[in-house]
Amino acid sequence: MAVYEQTYRRYTGEITPQRTRFLILLRYAFQEVLASRLVLVLLIVGGLGVLTTAVLIYLHHNFTALTAIDLPIDRLVPIDNVFFEFFLRVESSLCFFLALVIGPGLIAPDVRNNALPLYFSRPFSRTEYVLGKIGVLLSLLSALTWVPGLLLFLLQAGLEPAWLGPHLGLAWALFAASVEWIVVLSLLTLAISAWVKWKPVARIVLLAVFFVMAGWGLAINAALDTRWGGLVSLGKLNDTVRASLFNRAQPNDLPAWAAWIALAAACLLFLSMLRRKLRAYEVVR
Amino acid sequence: MTSESTHPVIELAGLAVQFGSRPILKGLDATLKGRAIGLLGPNGAGKTTLLHTLLGFHPPSAGTARIFGRDIQTEAREIRSLMGYMPENDSFIAGMSGVRFVRMMAELSGLPPKPALERAHEALFYVGLGEARYRPVGTYSLGMKQLAKLAQALAHGPRVLFLDEPTNGLDPPARERMLELIRDIRDLGEVHIVLSSHLLRDVEECCEEVLVLKEGRVAVYADLAEERRANRRFLEIETQGAADGDDAWFAEAVERLGCELAVTGRQRLKLVLPDGIEVRDLYRVAAERQVQIRRLDFKRDSLEDIFLQAMETGHGSV
Repeated sequence: MAVYEQTYRRYTGEITPQRTRFLILLRYAFQEVLASRLVLVLLIVGGLGVLTTAVLIYLHHNFTALTAIDLPIDRLVPIDNVFFEFFLRVESSLCFFLALVIGPGLIAPDVRNNALPLYFSRPFSRTEYVLGKIGVLLSLLSALTWVPGLLLFLLQAGLEPAWLGPHLGLAWALFAASVEWIVVLSLLTLAISAWVKWKPVARIVLLAVFFVMAGWGLAINAALDTRWGGLVSLGKLNDTVRASLFNRAQPNDLPAWAAWIALAAACLLFLSMLRRKLRAYEVVR
Repeated sequence: MTSESTHPVIELAGLAVQFGSRPILKGLDATLKGRAIGLLGPNGAGKTTLLHTLLGFHPPSAGTARIFGRDIQTEAREIRSLMGYMPENDSFIAGMSGVRFVRMMAELSGLPPKPALERAHEALFYVGLGEARYRPVGTYSLGMKQLAKLAQALAHGPRVLFLDEPTNGLDPPARERMLELIRDIRDLGEVHIVLSSHLLRDVEECCEEVLVLKEGRVAVYADLAEERRANRRFLEIETQGAADGDDAWFAEAVERLGCELAVTGRQRLKLVLPDGIEVRDLYRVAAERQVQIRRLDFKRDSLEDIFLQAMETGHGSV
């Protein structure tokens, strides 16, 4: 209909399938997030980290290049669990900053501008809303962690097939440690974004959750001469899980099982926070 | 034949809603079929809660409700795909232009991206925001935000449109524009309208049926279209000019036409026209008797009368 015919008419065309409806929100959120220069800068920095790691792996198998730059092979770090754990630790730190930039802007503006009734008055559920919003974080953080991690693993395996057998467990460690961190970080930032309406304040709260809680955990350890204070620090819990997956657990670390349980409890808490806040209208009882 | 044409728009069967231990809606029963349905009541009567319950935001504590024959609890998703909702308060997505906002909402209602974009443009032109459609919604004035809310409620082509206090905060010209749009949508006959308002004039101008709520109960149900038709038969007449100054024989002549009649004062009559008798017959009788009809009013039982009666007495039901 031409726009000059200003009248109302019914829609009788095709309807999109319900099961993919959350992808609409994902698409819009992506467009918004990728419009930010800071996000692009962080993604480029993450990409440079991946590139550097790939170059290191390549140099290990290219004597011509090593000779050309006059670098003896024994001065290169070996490609093993320590190498990949370091890679993941660096990328995980970038993930934190990426989540700090993106996360608070995902739900807070909808809550602040009272947009939730508009979403939930449509054939669109709270689960689909969360999937649409969290999908941005899951995909961007995956693009910095397990996806390049596994590609680097395959690169190393391709250049040195005999290396693959003894190090097969590294692929699982890369994947599991990445997914654990991504899920915890995404749920936490979404929960904060749902509860704190203002983005700058939400960012401060996210920083506080990590750094204040880490300090608190250290204080508990020092005051009570224990190692269990780490249970209140998400960073420490993540370090413990990652170290255990890469077989680098230290004797004075928290037990891995305790870290897994604490992280699962934290995720449940974040989900219940989302469930409590993501309603069309809050009811005053 | 679709279920929309065979079922009432809204059926309430003992619908009750509680927030904690506080009852908000107390056993509502009603069957509403009109093209434009008004929900009227003072603040706190339960109008918005009723709309929210029909949208599935609050679960009923007892009873149920149906929209086009679909149960609001078991078929909430299907119901929502038939609905357009314009909330009472400011509701928008910050940073989005008008057209992007309306397009996204249409897509979330199930339209593919291209038709959603086309209809977003159309809806914004229809409500009068065509020139402002590329501006961020956050920069709109209050009246423009109201219109943007209406556009997002319309863009996907709903079968029933829920409008919650659509003229809130609008200046007189903007209010008139909004009411004009609502009447236009109603008259096009493509969509049913449920209009919740505490403003009698808004409901009176736009609605055919009215459900008046008071303290969470149905105070009264009125079929305004029927009331208007009935009101056309009640007349108040003031006469002058009977030759002997006594107009009793004019009253007798009118009575002989079959009218029910009451003399309310000197030269003043109240009467009910029977079927087949029109106002021009009264003028004919008056002319024959050389009586002037100086004033003739249709007795109008306005919505205000109905509302005030309901507020005084009302615990009625449909």
